[in-house]
Amino acid sequence: MNANSLSSSSMISMASPSLSLSLRNSTTLILPRNSFSSSPRRKPFSFKIQAKIREIFMPALSSTMTEGKIVSWIKSEGDTLSKGDSVVVVESDKADMDVETFYDGILAAIVVDEGETAPVGAPIGLLAETAEDIAEAQAKAKSVKSASSSSSSPPPPVADSPPPVGSQSPPPPPPPVKTVSDGPKKITATPQAKKLAKQHKVDINSINGTGPFGRITPADVEAAAGITPKSNVAPVVATAAPAAPVSSKPAAGSSAPTIPGSSNVAFTTMQSAVAKNMMESLSVPTFRVGYPVVTDALDAFYEKVKPKGVTMTAILAKAVAMALVQHPVVNATCKDGKNFQYNSNINVAVAVAINGGLITPVLQDADKLDLYLLSQKWKELVGKARSKQLQPNEYNSGTFTLSNLGMFGVDRFDAILPPGQGAIMAVGASKPTVLADADGFFRVKSKMLGLLSLHKFIV
Amino acid sequence: MQSSLSLSFSPTSSATTISRSHHSFPLSTGTKPLNLRFCGLRREALGLGFSTSLNRNLHQQQQLPRRQYSAVVSAARSDNGSSSGSSFDYDLLIIGAGVGGHGAALHAVEKGLKTAIVEGDVVGGTCVNRGCVPSKALLAVSGRMRELKSDHHLKSLGLHVSSAGYDRQGVADHANNLATKIRSNLTNSLKAIGVDILTGFGTVVGPQKVKIGSSDKIVTAKDIIIATGSVPFVPKGVEVDGKTVITSDHALKLESVPEWIAIVGSGYIGLEFSDVYTALGSEVTFVEALDQLMPGFDPEISKLAQRVLVNPRNIDYHTGVFASKITPARDGKPVLIELIDAKTKEPKDTLEVDAALIATGRAPFTEGLGLENVDVATQRGFIPVDERMRVIDANGKLVPHLYCIGDANGKMMLAHAASAQGISVVEQVTGRDHVLNHLSIPAACFTHPEISMVGLTEPQAREKGEKEGFEVSVAKTSFKANTKALAENEGEGLAKLIYRPDNGEILGVHIFGLHAADLIHEASNAIALGTRIQDIKLAVHAHPTLSEVLDELFKSAKVKEHASIPVSEPVAV
Repeated sequence: MNANSLSSSSMISMASPSLSLSLRNSTTLILPRNSFSSSPRRKPFSFKIQAKIREIFMPALSSTMTEGKIVSWIKSEGDTLSKGDSVVVVESDKADMDVETFYDGILAAIVVDEGETAPVGAPIGLLAETAEDIAEAQAKAKSVKSASSSSSSPPPPVADSPPPVGSQSPPPPPPPVKTVSDGPKKITATPQAKKLAKQHKVDINSINGTGPFGRITPADVEAAAGITPKSNVAPVVATAAPAAPVSSKPAAGSSAPTIPGSSNVAFTTMQSAVAKNMMESLSVPTFRVGYPVVTDALDAFYEKVKPKGVTMTAILAKAVAMALVQHPVVNATCKDGKNFQYNSNINVAVAVAINGGLITPVLQDADKLDLYLLSQKWKELVGKARSKQLQPNEYNSGTFTLSNLGMFGVDRFDAILPPGQGAIMAVGASKPTVLADADGFFRVKSKMLGLLSLHKFIV
Repeated sequence: MQSSLSLSFSPTSSATTISRSHHSFPLSTGTKPLNLRFCGLRREALGLGFSTSLNRNLHQQQQLPRRQYSAVVSAARSDNGSSSGSSFDYDLLIIGAGVGGHGAALHAVEKGLKTAIVEGDVVGGTCVNRGCVPSKALLAVSGRMRELKSDHHLKSLGLHVSSAGYDRQGVADHANNLATKIRSNLTNSLKAIGVDILTGFGTVVGPQKVKIGSSDKIVTAKDIIIATGSVPFVPKGVEVDGKTVITSDHALKLESVPEWIAIVGSGYIGLEFSDVYTALGSEVTFVEALDQLMPGFDPEISKLAQRVLVNPRNIDYHTGVFASKITPARDGKPVLIELIDAKTKEPKDTLEVDAALIATGRAPFTEGLGLENVDVATQRGFIPVDERMRVIDANGKLVPHLYCIGDANGKMMLAHAASAQGISVVEQVTGRDHVLNHLSIPAACFTHPEISMVGLTEPQAREKGEKEGFEVSVAKTSFKANTKALAENEGEGLAKLIYRPDNGEILGVHIFGLHAADLIHEASNAIALGTRIQDIKLAVHAHPTLSEVLDELFKSAKVKEHASIPVSEPVAV
């Protein structure tokens, strides 16, 4: 916390080797974001105060690394760093590595907490040059944090883009009781209490110690954070019965009463990203149209090409792509609410459920590839998705999304429009239906319902 | 008749017996079956091969013709240049019956020396009574507690355990019982082979003369080994009351489990106790004078160890500070620890804790040994010795027939190192020159998971390489890739090999992971025997075992055939 040990001449922005922490001036930051966030809305934090506050980025520790998990922060907020200090331990696909800083400064804010992951290049912490900059950095951290969809444990419903959606949960829970006038009194807190305070972001100085000699015990911190003490931590902690309200930060910001016996499971990174993207759709005006398709010909065709490795997904994607060629407006994007962006490529994203989450691998240029190539490509993408090796452009470059629940017998459903795209098509099961044809004869034909959710601005 | 009986057993005991019987006189063969080359504890099991009556016979035989026997022995060693054997009470007198003295005594008897051991306290010394042994009992408990409390870990194995608890007295008794058992094993093993145990503090009163206890009993011996060991080091300003400010001696009795304990020193003693205390529910604060925790370990290992053994546990730490003053809890006040900056000596902080464990290392126990009588001046209490453990006097000259092994010489303060040094001395006094390679002696820290090491750390190796002009390479393997470790759900760990790529010499091996302490011996044996990587990498390891971690480690080393690839700078240090 010793501000005078800081060097003020640390503004060289040199290219850092891959293993040292990439610190760049915040103005230069344009980042590949976490999985689902569509690229564009990231402008808000181009800060004017440059160089005084640097962002610490998730470094690329290997050529194959796309995201990293923070194993632990070696330094805490408020620690003074000098060049070469290890700051954070990052787990890549291969190993855990310490990451060093290239600058002197004060670690002002940790944006991505321990145990969480962030894509390569995303800010994970903020480095202030002097003590005066800390407050500013922390304010910035808040905005960065809310923008970054990677914060996992109960992810705050994020609202960084103009129409605020779920702004009811401010990131730092306000300290419960501010015990004032403790002045210069020394605060004694046990190691576990300090850890818990950090973990739950409780200001340790605001807690009244009830332990021996007035020290702050883990139970004090938990009480302050509104958590039921965990009994397995230490035998000395009695299994206290008071069932305090489960959490001060319920998962989705809802204030529904907690049902006794329920358990809270934090969202995974993917789940929180999905939730975030779904929330965004609420700010987009959409309308939905449905259209039945007789699929006998399709079924016959599928039977024919199936032995050659062509999948229904590929056929649907190809069909969609060919239709999009004729109707480019459906393939357009509206990013800022003012302009259309006509995409020259037709990239069909296909929603896939995976490990309790959802991802949309993209069949790029689906109009140009033939069915066999598309099928092959699709197989490859699914494999990558399963092993979490999809590159960002392989899941966020879609211009139109296809979602098919037909295989589960679902006959129709409503798909949620992904951010930034013009339309998503929900495909239901095809099943035999009695139809009256133009001649007035009844026939039994297979019919499938396609339901299109469209962006009102675009279409 | 007795001797012929004995002889028939002797080939089973060890190969050296046979070879040595060639130049032995018939009378001395009676002692042959005593040639147990194994450490005392193993001897018990081997001893089963002997009938009890035979044992008694042997015992008698050795007791009765003492004078005669020792004369014979010295005659047998006449090539040693020793002619005055009969004028001494013993061939070898060892002061201190710790692990070092015990190892030396066993080997001396094997070599046919008439041996006595002087002990002023209890047989077994620090290791058995106040060190390695009882601490292993506590760590066995802490390891199990940890497993039982780790819901997450158990769940991933599909196990449910309701709640784990412990009974402090039960744990303490386990440690105490273990020490008692090992102590009696050790005592019996000495008695069984006829080593005289002389009770009382030994004082050197002149060359080859030792006074036992406060009596005027003077014993003479041809050679004397000082093996008096060490005691916990307590820095000045620290007031030890044995209740709230304690050393490892007290802590091992586990008379209390404080809610919050400060551990001064983060070496292996401090680290092991932090493992015990946190498993039993205490919170721990480390106070370390150096800038980093676990300063004695290879930096990479200590970093990993910190990540696994410190950060996730209820431990915090202050580094770069001295505990300048520690006051025990009294008058309704907690234990107070005043911290000063290790460099500037300025006051930094005051800690208020429930207890403090002083684990700042160990100080040699050499006072009152009468060293001034042979003109030896200790250095910070340590007895200066050369590489053959021969004591050096104040003028830098060797003191004839006086040796010092173990913690008292400070070369390597480990029980097994003391024992190895003792054996080395016996080899020398029986006419075989022997210099112990300390770089082949492994060390282990029995945390969960364990840490072990042998040879040089990476910085030491690089420094040596720079000085002597050779290249140093590093290979690493992870426990994450080991089937057995993963089956145990204990994939956290790293093995690190430091070697010379030009000739395949192993410079050091460091392991952090499940059963690391048991795994290190493949490496330490390789160093001791001079085995090169290119040879050991062809050895076969059973699958699936943890030993494959080392197998893979050796295989991943790149011994030069093609052009040397300079080691890329150590990553992430």
